[in-house]
Amino acid sequence: MVDQPLDETILPDGAIIETVPPAPSSLRAFWSAFSENRGAVLGLMVVAFIAFLALFAPLVAPHSPIEQFRQFVQQPPVWAGGTWQFPFGTDAVGRDVLSRLIYGARISLGIGMSVMLVSVVVGIVLGLASAFLRGVVEVVVMRVMDLVVAIPSLVLAILVVAVLGPSLLNTIIAVTVVYLPRYVRLVRAAAIAELSKEYVVAARVAGVGKLRLMFVTVLPNCLAPLIVQAALGISDAILEAAALGFLGLGAQPPIPEWGAMLADSREFIRAAPWIVTLPGLAILVTVVAINLMGDGLRDALDPKLRRS
Amino acid sequence: MFRFFIRRVALTLPTFVALMFVTFVAVRLVPGDPIEARTGERGIAPERLAMLRHELGLDRPVWQQFLDYANGIVHGDFGVSIVTKTPVLHEFAILFPATLELTLCGLIFAIVLGIPAGVIAAVKRGSFFDHSVMTVALTGYSMPIFWWGLLLIMFMSEYLGLTPVSGRMDLINYYFEPVTGFMLIDSLLSGQEGAFGSAVAHLILPSIVLGTIPLAVIARMTRSSMLEVLGEDYVRTARAKGLSPLRVVGLHALRNALIPVVTVIGLQTGTLLAGAVLTETIFAWPGVGKWLIESIARRDYPALQGGIMLISGIVILVNLIVDLTYVAINPRIRHG
Amino acid sequence: MSLLSIRNLSVTFATGRGPFRAVDKVDLDVATGELVAIVGESGSGKSVAMLAVMGLLPWTATVTADRLSFDGKDLLALSPRERRKIIGRDLAMIFQEPMSSLNPCFTVGFQLREAMAAHLDLDKAARQARAIELLELVGIPEPERRLKAFPHQLSGGMSQRVMIAMALACRPKLIIADEPTTALDVTIQAQILDLLLRLQKDSGVGLVLITHDMGVVAETAQRVCVHYAGQQVEMQPTRGLFRDPHHPYTSALLAALPERASGRILPSIPGVVPGLADRPAGCLFSPRCRFATQTCRTIPPPRAGAELGYALCHTPLVEGHPRGLKKLEVPA
Repeated sequence: MVDQPLDETILPDGAIIETVPPAPSSLRAFWSAFSENRGAVLGLMVVAFIAFLALFAPLVAPHSPIEQFRQFVQQPPVWAGGTWQFPFGTDAVGRDVLSRLIYGARISLGIGMSVMLVSVVVGIVLGLASAFLRGVVEVVVMRVMDLVVAIPSLVLAILVVAVLGPSLLNTIIAVTVVYLPRYVRLVRAAAIAELSKEYVVAARVAGVGKLRLMFVTVLPNCLAPLIVQAALGISDAILEAAALGFLGLGAQPPIPEWGAMLADSREFIRAAPWIVTLPGLAILVTVVAINLMGDGLRDALDPKLRRS
Repeated sequence: MFRFFIRRVALTLPTFVALMFVTFVAVRLVPGDPIEARTGERGIAPERLAMLRHELGLDRPVWQQFLDYANGIVHGDFGVSIVTKTPVLHEFAILFPATLELTLCGLIFAIVLGIPAGVIAAVKRGSFFDHSVMTVALTGYSMPIFWWGLLLIMFMSEYLGLTPVSGRMDLINYYFEPVTGFMLIDSLLSGQEGAFGSAVAHLILPSIVLGTIPLAVIARMTRSSMLEVLGEDYVRTARAKGLSPLRVVGLHALRNALIPVVTVIGLQTGTLLAGAVLTETIFAWPGVGKWLIESIARRDYPALQGGIMLISGIVILVNLIVDLTYVAINPRIRHG
Repeated sequence: MSLLSIRNLSVTFATGRGPFRAVDKVDLDVATGELVAIVGESGSGKSVAMLAVMGLLPWTATVTADRLSFDGKDLLALSPRERRKIIGRDLAMIFQEPMSSLNPCFTVGFQLREAMAAHLDLDKAARQARAIELLELVGIPEPERRLKAFPHQLSGGMSQRVMIAMALACRPKLIIADEPTTALDVTIQAQILDLLLRLQKDSGVGLVLITHDMGVVAETAQRVCVHYAGQQVEMQPTRGLFRDPHHPYTSALLAALPERASGRILPSIPGVVPGLADRPAGCLFSPRCRFATQTCRTIPPPRAGAELGYALCHTPLVEGHPRGLKKLEVPA
């Protein structure tokens, strides 16, 4: 069992109860554990680099992602005889591939982050609610999650998009629906495990309100696995969104989404292989980097999970 | 054992009902009137509309419509495709063998490579082989398989000219009526020379693409499970008997290590079927995945509804079978 | 000639913080039919030494010895394949945790017959008959039914009986029992120990009993080795050891026996066994030793002769008192 760092909070009526905030010194311990893992540090660096590109895309990208240079259609990249004007070449309608990739990082990371944030928030609320309220709430929430899990992820996402119509926002909604059960189940399981521990009983006896008990006392102790799941969830969301984009059910043209770029380029496999290769490579590198980082987080935060 | 079986089966029933409910509601949420969607832009006379609505039961209360829908599904009626006017179940039944064949081949590819790779990586922990397996597994696990498929086509088919680009069979040179729906078997039954080879050649790339993520998951899981088991006391006992390393690892350790791996393999069925949608799209594989995507494009909602119902139902069934298998191979639960 | 003969056995583990020597220059001889006990606290390397004999250590361990021979064969020189012919047949081991030492996926009968199939030339029916006979021998009722049972259906004591049966399956010449009763209920401990001793007497097999229980040693063993922090600090016939321990550690261990305690408070040995980081320069026991001198703290002790129980001590005890401080000899 992990030690519970305890500190004491003095309530107005003078009663001392134990609450469990994340101990500040544990941050250093976490970093030393994390930085031991070279793959994780490499992943972090790559993710930081991609995030930088995404944030400052207008400054970094040489061209607009949607401007069509009609006289430079299907220019090869520099290493295949192209020019430095379009380092990664141009696509079938003369748009700069590099710029589209850089702006695409915005879309992909944006989708990943939004899905993760919404899932974490909703997951915490539903998970804690079913752990604390039990009864009907728990049964309904968990049964619905069971159902969502039973439908293959992409098929479910397709169903959601079919109902809502293809767009960037609906992609986020669809992917969130697909990955929500993981977060809900995880929070619920962690909270139920914590609820039986003595510090929770102590807090209850001291008369801590239910909401405070849920979010202040119990939640911080469920965070480690949740953070790990959130990190790995970003990469899953990026892959899923790209798959939807590839099927034409995600972001619509001319948005430079990586999956959609791949779909556009399929017919040029022979004529312009770089248009096919580069967006996929961008997806792969991003996802590998996030997964490396997530594995490192898991090992550093939650040694119990190391087995999986 | 028997009571567990009954309880586990009973638990899946509510999931089926909920699945019916979700597909029913989803299609009603689709913007636009289903009748208008069928008649197109020409418009329709009000009397005719009312008649059609009555015919389709759309004038009845929603709960009654749901009961009709559920009743139909229980009796094998999954609706009629708007485009082809054939029953959805019929279309699905024709296409499903292709998906099943692809899925099974992908799974076999993943298991045949993944389990030995995981076992060897665990036994030779820290070695070059171990690091390579883990790196490949991480890459495979992170692979956008639609891109992976395109890369393989570019290299194997376009550049090396080794494998066909799309479809299940060289239809120019061979033709035979489907018997089982499995091309590997049908091509053998047809007796046409070279047909089986063509079926195999068409299966290679799609199976690799579809099996990549399960391969990575299985290899990782086998390795970590094996590492844990190799440290167990009973493995030491087996070695203390003077058994050969092959028997110690391959029987005593592997038997225990496989228990979680089997579960993971079962859970991969969903991933595989979802992956089949992408793989079939890339390789123009005439299976249910490609058909689902086309149904969306054609706004064929009954087909979409029925197809999702059927695919999800199959996944739920497979998960059920996996759970029961899990119990069967783990004596601790069997006699618990 | 002794059955098992060990000279200068050392085992070093490669750890993340550098090499760790778990067993340091241990000697041991066991004659046919003899019962030798090895005593020491947890972490004193007694199990590791015996696992090294069996060849069961993980790959991180390096085993060296001047001699490691069993039944006239040099175990270190044998190929793995040849070694496996001895392990499990002539040389068997019983482990500390009976519940986890049996494979949960296979029946008791399967695991019992397996060892016979590997080493003996018996057909299926003969193996089954021998398995039933073995279970009867270790006092398990309804052996036919028990053979079909899975390990989780057995109690701890029952599992250990099965482990003993398994060790006896191929009629070994030597059995190493690694704290065979530690993990069991107190009431079962005596039963299992009695069983082990009875079988040893009846079959004339050699037995190395690893234990941390001096009481058990007094009742059973003919000879005792005392291990401390990977080193063998004393070896004597049991009677001599209890009457006149020569190493201060042995003396302290005996003083800690409840039946020898005179006052109201049970004497204990202060401190803990040194770990990887805090190994003393001289005698490893010096930080906890009542008689330690400056010499003890700085210079590793020499080994005394047989008359002083091969004690690894600068000032071996005689009748409870340090034998006159020897002159300091600085090794070249």
